[in-house]
Amino acid sequence: MSGFDETTKTLNFDAPNSYVGRSVTRPNARRLAQGRGQFVDDIVLPRMVHVAYLRSPHAHARIVAVKSKKAAAMPGVVRIVTGAEIAMVVKPYVGVLTHLQGMRSPPQYPLAVDVARWQGEPVVAVVAESRAQAEDAAEAVEVDYEELPAALDAERALDPSEPKIHKEFDSNLCFTRTVDTGNVDAVMRAAHLVVEDTIHFGRHTGVTMEPRAILADYNRADESMTVYHCGQSPHMVQGIVASRLSLDEHRVRIVARDVGGSFGIKIHTYGDEIAACALSLMLNRPVKFTADRYESFLSDIHARDHRVRAKLAVDREGNMLALEIDDLTGVGPYSMFPRSSGVECNQILNLTGGPYKHKEYRAKGTVVFQNKNMMCQYRAVGHPIAIAVAEHMVEQAAAKLGIDAAEMRKKNLIPDDAYPCKSPSGMRFEALSHHACIDKLLGLMDYDQLRREQAELRNKGVYRGIGLSSFIEVTNPSPMFYGVGGARIAAQDGCTIKLDANGSIIAATGVTEQGQGTETIMAQIAATALGVEMSCVKVLTGDTDKVPYGGGTWASRAAGIGGEAVLQASLALKRNILEVGAVILKTSAAELDIADGKVVKKGTEQGLTLAELARICYYRGNELPVDFQPELVVTRHYRVKDYAFVFSNGAQGCHLEVDTETGFVRLLKMWCVDDCGRVINPKLVDEQARGGIVQGIGGALYEHCLYDDRGQLLNATMADYLVPMAAEMPDIVCAHVQTPTKTSVLGAKGAGEAGTGGAPGAIMNAVNDALRPLGAKVTQQPITPEVVLRALGKVK
Amino acid sequence: MNAPVETVEIELTVNGERVKRSVPARMSLADFLRTELELTGTHLGCEHGVCGACTVRVDGEIVRGCLMFAVQADGCKVDTVEGLSESREIEELQSAFVLTNALQCGFCTPGILIAAQSLLRDIPNPSREQIREYLSGNYCRCTGYQAIVDAIEAVAKARAGRAR
Amino acid sequence: MKAPRFAYARPASVAETLALLDRHKDDARVLAGGQSLVPMLNFRVAAPRVLVDINRIAALSGIRVTKTHVRIGALTRHVELERSPDVAKHLPLVAAAMPHIAHPAIRNRGTFGGSCALADPAAELPACALALEATFVIAGKKGERRVAAEDFFKGLYATALKPGELLVAAEFPLPKPGSKSAFGELARRQGDYAMVGIAAHRSTKLRAAFFGVGDRPEVIEADTVEGVLSKVETLAPRADLHASAAMKLHLAKVLAGRVLKELA
Repeated sequence: MSGFDETTKTLNFDAPNSYVGRSVTRPNARRLAQGRGQFVDDIVLPRMVHVAYLRSPHAHARIVAVKSKKAAAMPGVVRIVTGAEIAMVVKPYVGVLTHLQGMRSPPQYPLAVDVARWQGEPVVAVVAESRAQAEDAAEAVEVDYEELPAALDAERALDPSEPKIHKEFDSNLCFTRTVDTGNVDAVMRAAHLVVEDTIHFGRHTGVTMEPRAILADYNRADESMTVYHCGQSPHMVQGIVASRLSLDEHRVRIVARDVGGSFGIKIHTYGDEIAACALSLMLNRPVKFTADRYESFLSDIHARDHRVRAKLAVDREGNMLALEIDDLTGVGPYSMFPRSSGVECNQILNLTGGPYKHKEYRAKGTVVFQNKNMMCQYRAVGHPIAIAVAEHMVEQAAAKLGIDAAEMRKKNLIPDDAYPCKSPSGMRFEALSHHACIDKLLGLMDYDQLRREQAELRNKGVYRGIGLSSFIEVTNPSPMFYGVGGARIAAQDGCTIKLDANGSIIAATGVTEQGQGTETIMAQIAATALGVEMSCVKVLTGDTDKVPYGGGTWASRAAGIGGEAVLQASLALKRNILEVGAVILKTSAAELDIADGKVVKKGTEQGLTLAELARICYYRGNELPVDFQPELVVTRHYRVKDYAFVFSNGAQGCHLEVDTETGFVRLLKMWCVDDCGRVINPKLVDEQARGGIVQGIGGALYEHCLYDDRGQLLNATMADYLVPMAAEMPDIVCAHVQTPTKTSVLGAKGAGEAGTGGAPGAIMNAVNDALRPLGAKVTQQPITPEVVLRALGKVK
Repeated sequence: MNAPVETVEIELTVNGERVKRSVPARMSLADFLRTELELTGTHLGCEHGVCGACTVRVDGEIVRGCLMFAVQADGCKVDTVEGLSESREIEELQSAFVLTNALQCGFCTPGILIAAQSLLRDIPNPSREQIREYLSGNYCRCTGYQAIVDAIEAVAKARAGRAR
Repeated sequence: MKAPRFAYARPASVAETLALLDRHKDDARVLAGGQSLVPMLNFRVAAPRVLVDINRIAALSGIRVTKTHVRIGALTRHVELERSPDVAKHLPLVAAAMPHIAHPAIRNRGTFGGSCALADPAAELPACALALEATFVIAGKKGERRVAAEDFFKGLYATALKPGELLVAAEFPLPKPGSKSAFGELARRQGDYAMVGIAAHRSTKLRAAFFGVGDRPEVIEADTVEGVLSKVETLAPRADLHASAAMKLHLAKVLAGRVLKELA
């Protein structure tokens, strides 16, 4: 394995023994396939008790009285605790980022105090020896509520006549922002064509397989707390638990072992989880909380509840000139801590139209409080909406001008040689490949053939649709995302790597695994950089006691940022090893390399194994010169410096058939070409795309949190909330373009969210493409059969 | 006739081992396996029978562990993912799943493996559509299902190849 | 979502079951397949003090073909119906419905009797029973009685079963030679409850049982397909979470056109 070129600062990832670029299987998949994972609910600790929460049945209500004497006497009950009691041991939190100017949210406590502000907000905690007993007692707790008028309609949220959720604020406004290049009105007035539409996106949620779970273990004897948590950002949680519970941060340990899917759902601060920690503190024993599916629907963050008005101006030839959007979103009664509920809207303002050449852009975003469940970041944050809006407008304009949808993209996508450049919203792009991706996509789809087939079938009354979406995706964020706004969320990441006494490599990384393959790709990177077999690399993640301070996994940062730290640490360790080797072999480090786990003189097989080298260093230091100390443990950190975000890009295609009598949409096939920079493991990237696309299909066709006019969530079960299941899903073809980022040696960008970001746009375009000859159009998601039939005028 | 009771003595075979316990009648089979026998490979995803994460085998047929009470499994033969791993009955499927990356977080995987094994018994040569239809009661949020279909298809083909 | 506490009894016979139901009255519920009842307990929308588990009563199980009928024991699991050559031969409508009922793991436990006794308006088997003019056999303190399917389904989760009674079987008349059946349903996902469904049987008359359209399955009977189609308008569906009333009526018309074509 040839080494790191110090002059060009590059590594040859295409060398024969490189693991980078190979679809190796995941070492940790084997134990998961045998049911030997360790999820939070699997963990049992001595004297552990369980908490169940009584939750508000009302969207907005004053808590007048809590009567729990009867419940407290029931079998197995340990303690019943109200929100006011929890508030005495937990400092409130405020989910505001200061760089989202003007954003406001009042302090929030883990359980409702005095007033409950959404159906499902936890009100009373019941601790018992078993979850079943806790639920029995919770049923016996009587809470007197005085119902209050609820703010449930985002469109009316700012009307003076609407119920004001927070007395201390003058309205239900949480955050507003406008982006304006200054010339939009003039350009639109003069344009050949302006297309306009209003698009509604239905609120939906993550539905992780493993519900949220936490096991907090406070030990009063040494004032320490160990928290087994299903979260994505252990260090962030460490800081939050410590600061909110007034504990020393270094005495708080967060452990995230196996996590049953997260997708951003488990990255937020939930009152029921912080309360579990507080209860452990109060009771001095382990307290476990596992959300059941019903309370997951009521309290896991929701997302993507937006109404977007959009206008696009184009010239006679179809060149895009100006884009305008007005985004309204109704979140929960608080902005979620610590990442804030303003980021989704902010992303939409930043990203809509990002792939295109137009110069003029105006975007207004309004985030309002509502008496519905909390809303916050969920996989691809904002992108599904930003992309769907732009892609819809692009194809609407194309259709009006009689330009083919693919041609319209080729006309308007930023050329591949135009970089670096900036979007009208101020996003800086390092180097993207929109044209390479769409060309590859059209080839894979056999686009022309699909169009021919479509035309033939239309004559037979069969309505197929072809939809495209071109997209950018935020990955590898710098501190500009959260840190700059005051949130204690690390944008840097680190890796501590060591050559252990028996010659194996142990790499501890601050990024985490939820099934996407983080541990695997870190091992691939380390093994490649060090010249060893992957099987001797062990990767440690998810334990604040064991890994360097890091950000965890979110915003598709693990591969690009975590991976770079692993790479740098591995290269530094290699240098140290070669120094040791030079001393032992009596030569210079420049003459040496590591290949197949052996330190060898370059071009020969002469040398010694890492195991032998380690044995000398750890046990037989007498064999080394007195003035030489080997350092076989190395830590390196990495942060993105040159850009706010390292964007990836891609293109997706969707082929479907609409049954115009029933409104049912049948997905025939989908395609995704993604440029995530250097691909570390092609199979894992493909599978992220597939899983992400299916989540996007969920939002586009099936998933919707349905609230009634009293703020009651009507479909809080797996039978009534429709997630994509196997029989309705298509096969998805994935391919790559690789434009490595120069912001790191590794050159990897993130890949976990692009599938979800681009899919809804492609699907909505495909449905509208199918319906176009019938003069019908859909402008809302999820696109249910009824939405289609109403668009067709067949149901009124 | 005995009066109805809240706690019941049951005796059953789990993964080939005889087990005797006294259980609350209301305890689900899934909770019994997880908490009494500490076989945590069977997972709870919804507790209303829709997601399939709790799928186990009772007397040779797949069932939802969350929709059966442990007392109902009295006298029955129960197989969980741990037992089917130990006996190597699903080893081929497990290897195929690892190869095609048909699992990511692994939470749905034990249920899907047990359902897949049942599928291949009922339909030895399934088409991709048949695989998708049989698995339509098992929710997976991570994979989007395609890799799972690939893995099962591969095992079916391998078994068919050997049968010739 | 843990079930509330209950006392459990496992009678060995129908007589024992009836005695338990008589002793505990409203406090008791029958546990058959449990695929619908147990979720209700887990959601705590049902909290019976006594659960009477009838799963080991062999007399309640089995598919028997006589000279005039196919008798299906109430405890017969869906999967047994699915795999039964007798059902395939004599009750092809039921066979056609089976793959639409939930999923394999549910069908391994769920029972024919449980489905009919629950009477979910979007369920397949009640509609089949109606279309095929089955008779339900009910055991009570005073003995057995029979109720025709068209008198059995009364409303939303409401049947002719009186407190203390137990559904023991259904008798399907052997179809006349030359009779034909057709089945279809529209559901968002494989195995979901139907948005709209039709179980139709053509013998001397054409009986089309619509399900998912009201609080119980509705039969439209006519001599011809056109006759049935012309009456679909009379269905008065109620909106649910996934479809408005207008949508359901529209789907009923479309589905009727497609399914009944097979019976022309």
